[in-house]
Amino acid sequence: MKTAFAQSVPGRTACLPPMPEERAESFIPKNLLRAKRPALPEMSELDVVRHFTRLSRLNYGVDSNFYPLGSCTMKYNPKFTEQVAALPGFSRLHPLLPQIKSAGLYTQGALEVMYETERMLCELTGMSAFTLHPMAGAHGELTGAMLIAAYHKDKGNKKTKVICPDSAHGTNPASAALAGFEVVNIESKDGMLDPAALDAVLDDDVAALMMTCPNTLGLFEKHLPEIVEKLRKIDALLYYDGANLNAIMGKMRVGDVGFDVVHLNLHKTLATPHGGGGPGAGPVGVSERLKPFLPISRVDKLRDGRLFLNYDYPKSIGFMAPFYGNFGVVLKAYAYILRLGGEGLTRASEYAVLNANYMRKRLEDYLHIPYNRICMHEFVASACDQQASCGVRALDIAKALLDRGYHAPTIYFPLIVKECMMFEPTETESKETLDAFVDDLIEILESAKTDPVALQDAPLKTPVRRLDETKAARSMILIEPA
Amino acid sequence: MPFVPHTQEDLKAMLDVIGVTTMEDLFADIPANMRPKSFDLPEGMSEMEVCSYFEELAGKNRTDLVSFLGAGFYDHHIPKAVDALISRGEFYTAYTPYQPESSQGTLQAIFEFQTAVCRLLDMDASNASVYDGGSAIFEAMMMAVRATKRNKIVVSEAVSPIYRTMLTSYTSNLNIEFVTVPHMDGMTDIEGLKAAIDDKCAAVVVQNPNFFGNVNDFTELFAHAHEKKALGVISVYPVMQSVLKTPGEMGADITVAEGQSLGQPLSFGGPYLGIMACTEKLVRQMPGRIVGRTEDLEGRTGYVLTLQAREQHIRRAKATSNICSNQALCALRALIHMCLLGPEGLIRTAELSMERTHYLADRLTAIPGVELLNDAPFGNEVAIRLPISAFEAVDKLVERGFVAGVPLGRYYKDMDDVLLVACTEKHTFEQVGILAEMLGGIL
Repeated sequence: MKTAFAQSVPGRTACLPPMPEERAESFIPKNLLRAKRPALPEMSELDVVRHFTRLSRLNYGVDSNFYPLGSCTMKYNPKFTEQVAALPGFSRLHPLLPQIKSAGLYTQGALEVMYETERMLCELTGMSAFTLHPMAGAHGELTGAMLIAAYHKDKGNKKTKVICPDSAHGTNPASAALAGFEVVNIESKDGMLDPAALDAVLDDDVAALMMTCPNTLGLFEKHLPEIVEKLRKIDALLYYDGANLNAIMGKMRVGDVGFDVVHLNLHKTLATPHGGGGPGAGPVGVSERLKPFLPISRVDKLRDGRLFLNYDYPKSIGFMAPFYGNFGVVLKAYAYILRLGGEGLTRASEYAVLNANYMRKRLEDYLHIPYNRICMHEFVASACDQQASCGVRALDIAKALLDRGYHAPTIYFPLIVKECMMFEPTETESKETLDAFVDDLIEILESAKTDPVALQDAPLKTPVRRLDETKAARSMILIEPA
Repeated sequence: MPFVPHTQEDLKAMLDVIGVTTMEDLFADIPANMRPKSFDLPEGMSEMEVCSYFEELAGKNRTDLVSFLGAGFYDHHIPKAVDALISRGEFYTAYTPYQPESSQGTLQAIFEFQTAVCRLLDMDASNASVYDGGSAIFEAMMMAVRATKRNKIVVSEAVSPIYRTMLTSYTSNLNIEFVTVPHMDGMTDIEGLKAAIDDKCAAVVVQNPNFFGNVNDFTELFAHAHEKKALGVISVYPVMQSVLKTPGEMGADITVAEGQSLGQPLSFGGPYLGIMACTEKLVRQMPGRIVGRTEDLEGRTGYVLTLQAREQHIRRAKATSNICSNQALCALRALIHMCLLGPEGLIRTAELSMERTHYLADRLTAIPGVELLNDAPFGNEVAIRLPISAFEAVDKLVERGFVAGVPLGRYYKDMDDVLLVACTEKHTFEQVGILAEMLGGIL
């Protein structure tokens, strides 16, 4: 499809503001002005609307396609939350307005949203306090790793290492490194964190262990209590990657079982839309001992019930966001929590787990499932048998699914399973959807035996077929040539 | 059951297939002593109840005030078609484009966004965006540190203090040395910055227009930095950039910006959009998603995420950054916004905003005791020294429905009497006149 730039016709306009009485030269000396006007597209409003409508139709999204992308929790994003976030009383609010009049007198509604959301997230996870500032999951991880660093520094602990299991998301080690830590990887055993492997690397230099539970194989970490105990002994902290929280709402609270820091992905568990890659939000919760280090500002309550922004936390790690995080995203998550309530959130986790197990069970005779037992909200299968017998890889199966109108599962993650395919159906999909998907997938797997080449050629029905990634990296065409 | 479609019959049939009796059997791995100690969340509400509660909350915020707040975050008009297009579920309910064949909409949009950014800034390459303008400066700094293998950053005090505090936090565990060069009555001290660049310096960081609204040319500064083998990093305001000398024309190596002014509502601080662009030489040091153009098996044009060897899912602890998402939907908003305004529309937006600010400056400086902080050129934002505390002035006027600007005493010493005032095309000349009269009345 032609780009907007290729459709540009000089002199064509859409939403043109009125002609100013004076032009730029009247206000700014000529030597400070640009030589040429920027070559942005010149289009009519209909041109723009049609172009982006057409582009949108080249995408799969949850609204149009089943999207069982493991680890991403692609659940339905309720429409009413969009309208809540767009209320002018929120969307028109300047972030510096609280600085006028007693740190927030004119923004009490917005501060209430933040205060109450923090309170609810605390109850949901069993943590003592939350900050809403981190602007995405990985940003939450960085914030968490910095809180860990601040805690140890304050106690005079000389701790330099953070442990990450080999099943962890790549952001875990990257975030720990950015917070100044040396990263130590440990191998899993039987799909679980291995206490013996942990013992082998545990020493006084260890600041924390970053893990998720259920882990990226969709399995509950059975040795968790033992691991908590081991870390306590050397004053190391336990970090919870909240990517998989959709499995355990109402069933386990990470604060109750010994985690010190947790980041949540509001765009996963709490149903805010992914937006094609963002904006997300990655609030961070902490146990009591890490509270003094949370980023500023904090929303606090005065005796008369009024809320205000408090910057007076001398041990704080400082500012992680320009203001209060992705407030527009937080609004949607808060609306979702209120709509569902405690019972609805618990039910969301239950049905997410039910759907994953149902799919796993229906597929087990057709795909190798390396850890085939009751899973949580997602499970991992492997196309290793197909690869060995007919040369069909996880990638080929993923592409064949696209042809049938499904988004593919996550493939080749976690790294510890060969020809890995990770399925996460979420609670919002019906039995009929799951059945139709499984039937189609079985058909694809059967066809691998008779006509593997057809799968290696897939997809055929998508707007483009397989793309040459090597050529993209080599030719590096990153913008439309002038 | 909201958002869960299962009937009781479905539940039973599915449990049967799984081979368990109750839902609770699926959670048998979580022992009793690890179950929640409490789970005291409110009962669910109907959609109608939730919506009226939020309307009530929204009503507790004052959005009826005539506001001259800016400081990097501006209330420009957003064409209605932006919201209409962004509401298409195919855009906002999609994930990061991992499967390019079913994500060409998002991928081509990012490619067009990268193009628009580069054309606006005169840079060679852009990424798909980062979180916000502040984290963009941090990432730019780290790019410079990697590219030069040096660790000193020279930063102007006229760079937004909101962002400089973020940089301090972000680098607290890293081996980075900051040298902050003081402003001179709000002006960027170019000679001071030059003098601070030595052979340990990775980058010099400046802002245009600077935090006080003053417009600069950093060509000489960047040339000097290059002589010392350091990089030039500049943070800009995209709307004003439609008329101002470009980072490319000045010889900047990395340009960043807060993209809020391009079609993002103020939304109490986010979500916003970190724009990041650089010269071709530095592309492989750039963090975040980057989209490239390529061909499919049949030779048709298509788009993919490219240069992924930089990223955390491959490099893990050694990645260029821990970032693994972008502000995709915000970037799309910015792109649609730029397409709807076109070059002329963006230029007029800047000019209409400047027109109002310059009129305001004229009216205010006609009041005895009120003067501009300096006489350097300015665009749509200006710092004004009052004969009384700026906090006090703002406090008095807000009771009459006007937010006169941002008092700078909180950010800079000896600036309790300085007010930072911004206009956009949305202000009327009448509103500007009323503000001037009211301010004159209390002084």
